[in-house]
Amino acid sequence: MKNRNATKPRNYPLSELQSHNPDHVLEIVLETVLQFLTSRRDRNAASLVCKSWWRTDALTRSELFISNCYAISPRRVVSRFSRILSVTIKGKPRLADFDMLPADWGAHFSQWLTAFSTAYPWLEKVHLKRMSVTDDDLSLLGDSFAAFKELVLVSCEGFGTPGLAAVATKCRLLRVLDLEESLVDINVSDYSGIVDWISCFPEGETHLESLVFDSVFSPINLEALEKLVARSPSLKRLRVNGHVKIFHLYRLMHIAPHLTDLGTGSFDVPEDTEDDELVFESPFAASKSLVCLSGFRDILPEYLPDIYPVCGNLTFLDFQYADIIDTDQIKSVVSRCHKLQTLWVRDAIFDEGLQVVAQTCKDLRELRVYHLHASDGVEAPVSEVGLEAISRGCRKLQYIMFFCQRMTNAAVVALSRNCPNLVVFRLCIIGRYMPDALTQPPMDEGVGAIVMNCKKLTRLDVSGFLTDRAFSYIGKYGKLIRTLSVNFAGDTDLGLKNVLQGCTNLQKLEIRDGPFGDGALCCGLQHFYNMRFLWMSSCKVTRQACQAIAQTLPHLVLEVINTAQDPVDDVELLYMYRSLDKPRDDAPKLVTVLH
Amino acid sequence: MNEMTRNERESSEERKLELRLAPPGVENWFNTSNNNKQRAYDYDYDYESKLSLGNFLHFPSNKAIVVKGKESSSSQTCCPKSVELQNGDNKVTAVSNTSQKRTAPGPVVGWPPIRSFRKNLATSSNSKPSPPESHTQQHNKVAGKKPIDNFGKGLFVKINMDGVPIGRKVDLNAYDSYQNLSSAVDELFRGLLKAQRDSSSCGGNKEEEKVISGLLDGSGEYTLVYEDNEGDRMLVGDVPWHMFVSTVKRLRVLKSTELSAFTLGTKQDKIPT
Repeated sequence: MKNRNATKPRNYPLSELQSHNPDHVLEIVLETVLQFLTSRRDRNAASLVCKSWWRTDALTRSELFISNCYAISPRRVVSRFSRILSVTIKGKPRLADFDMLPADWGAHFSQWLTAFSTAYPWLEKVHLKRMSVTDDDLSLLGDSFAAFKELVLVSCEGFGTPGLAAVATKCRLLRVLDLEESLVDINVSDYSGIVDWISCFPEGETHLESLVFDSVFSPINLEALEKLVARSPSLKRLRVNGHVKIFHLYRLMHIAPHLTDLGTGSFDVPEDTEDDELVFESPFAASKSLVCLSGFRDILPEYLPDIYPVCGNLTFLDFQYADIIDTDQIKSVVSRCHKLQTLWVRDAIFDEGLQVVAQTCKDLRELRVYHLHASDGVEAPVSEVGLEAISRGCRKLQYIMFFCQRMTNAAVVALSRNCPNLVVFRLCIIGRYMPDALTQPPMDEGVGAIVMNCKKLTRLDVSGFLTDRAFSYIGKYGKLIRTLSVNFAGDTDLGLKNVLQGCTNLQKLEIRDGPFGDGALCCGLQHFYNMRFLWMSSCKVTRQACQAIAQTLPHLVLEVINTAQDPVDDVELLYMYRSLDKPRDDAPKLVTVLH
Repeated sequence: MNEMTRNERESSEERKLELRLAPPGVENWFNTSNNNKQRAYDYDYDYESKLSLGNFLHFPSNKAIVVKGKESSSSQTCCPKSVELQNGDNKVTAVSNTSQKRTAPGPVVGWPPIRSFRKNLATSSNSKPSPPESHTQQHNKVAGKKPIDNFGKGLFVKINMDGVPIGRKVDLNAYDSYQNLSSAVDELFRGLLKAQRDSSSCGGNKEEEKVISGLLDGSGEYTLVYEDNEGDRMLVGDVPWHMFVSTVKRLRVLKSTELSAFTLGTKQDKIPT
């Protein structure tokens, strides 16, 4: 019984209720109650109670979350759920971002779109992560869904400006168009095929609330962008690409003074600007609403002071692309950001910059210190000193990602003690197998302290010189860990065994360049159905073991890649995931799908 | 044998992991956190009973079995097959084999985990070809500024100088030789450098602007280096001009004394004094 007006609950007059049999009444009551369950985990639990609850959930669920696009077939999804309004699909595993999968690996959106276009005509939102999307897909999307409102493409590829133009033209109710880290036109060598998609938005007022295109490589029609912003009264979030220079950015800010989230594009002046023209009145001083700031792709340091007035309001600052500025300049910004909760910054901030952060940003929840390329001649721009300072100053820290060239156990232990609310700990020590920089033993004790003291930890990403001891700690204490990434670490199979048997909530396991082999892999046979996926690359797993596992566990798919010329036993990459579908047929030649 | 008894004792009680330093792979790590108190060496046997795998699974046995003295004996009694499966070519070692890997040199795919497009995006507008004119817009003038053509035809690269926080940009197409470039750099930074010196010399005698010379041959106080499209740092002046222009991404004016501290590209074999 499909209801076109899917957002409203169905109203049942009392007389109608009285005339139905008790079972049917129960279902109606259940429907009314279940609509208050929005979390997918709650819904999943409810659907397992009994058949009628399963049926009711299937009829009333409006948000679909597919965490692995190959775990289930579109046909099956569509036949179970009939009134979906919002879809989230994740495709490739995370390490695909670092060129560890062949380019044509898969995760195509097309087959899903084909199924949705007929089954869910009232679909409003599509969120895709690491999927392959084509221009034709985007065009079909615009044609199929009359009420379409939100398109979010994170780390997707395969489409270009023609696809964007199709969306802009056809989706008249569009509120959100976010292209985060999606490589649009990255391979375009000349701009002759570029479509002016900004001009394709319909005339008149738009419903746009969020427009994010900072990763689109091609230039855009700046005049059309100004007009678009001028006729989008609901626009709150605007992140422009590097082709928008300061002059235009400031004009946009004047046109849209109520922005809460701004991506500043290049924050640079056009190349042939004369010196005496470099005076712009900064609209930042007048901005009361801005709380999120990012961009700064080609930042010209002279303009940095322009943003000072707004720093005191910022809760989110993404400075990771600010390439040309130095530590003092970063400090000058950060020292003004008293309310900052999220900071993404390059390691050019140096330890002294991190100390300023520790002194100023007492509310900090998330810190990411990125490493883009080698800092000029400096050996260790950030180190244990900076980490320790952060731990002392930012006690509310929940998420930390830290690229560094040296680290000590003591600093990591201090972090675990000072910031017990850590949920995510990602430490990337760039040199491989690096031990404690001061005292030389492995980084085991640091990792152990993190899992022991941070009782809410759900994501752990480790590197550096680690032995089996570290993994025994992880297995023993990391009971809430759902995501674990292991890079160039471990001693013997025992390490992996401890993890597979100890981490009862483990969903995603990524291991690269580890010594673990078949014996360790087999320790997880009881757990693999509970996991979303397992990634093992450059380990010591053999093809026979993979074949045996595939035969033993029928709902497990093992994708094996071996690029060596000779048919060697060793598997270079194993990507294993549970699936209710038959194995996929769109894998490239390099990938062997075992089942 | 003593080890065996101790382990038996310890494994049956709640055992806190002591933080201590020890060589890796030597001690016995029994996983006692499982509710069923499964012992490490028993897992092969356990799999046979729980999942009815039978003995057709041809896995090489767990390396850990050899590590623990007790296990090999017990596994021989409980699951003789798994010991048989220990292939000769699967060398099971109790010693860490990371020592071989620690010396592994050379770049590795995907490490460090930095998305390649991040590196590209950081220098986005400089390395792209000049786009067609049709996208150029006519802007309204603001306070007398001339209309800004966003897509200039010059080859602009950033240039930074040691000691000067503000970087500049130079249009390499405007020069046809290293000498011209050197003079341009001198003019560009002379004033800025003087301003820096004035401000740091506590208002003392204001010197005349000093000419920045010897950028290319190492004879001056500063030397000109550049970063090429492979990310290597090179001395300016070694390759033909047109080759330089096609590979240069950024320029830097370094103090000559600092030169040895930086790694230069392999093409260089002369290092100025």
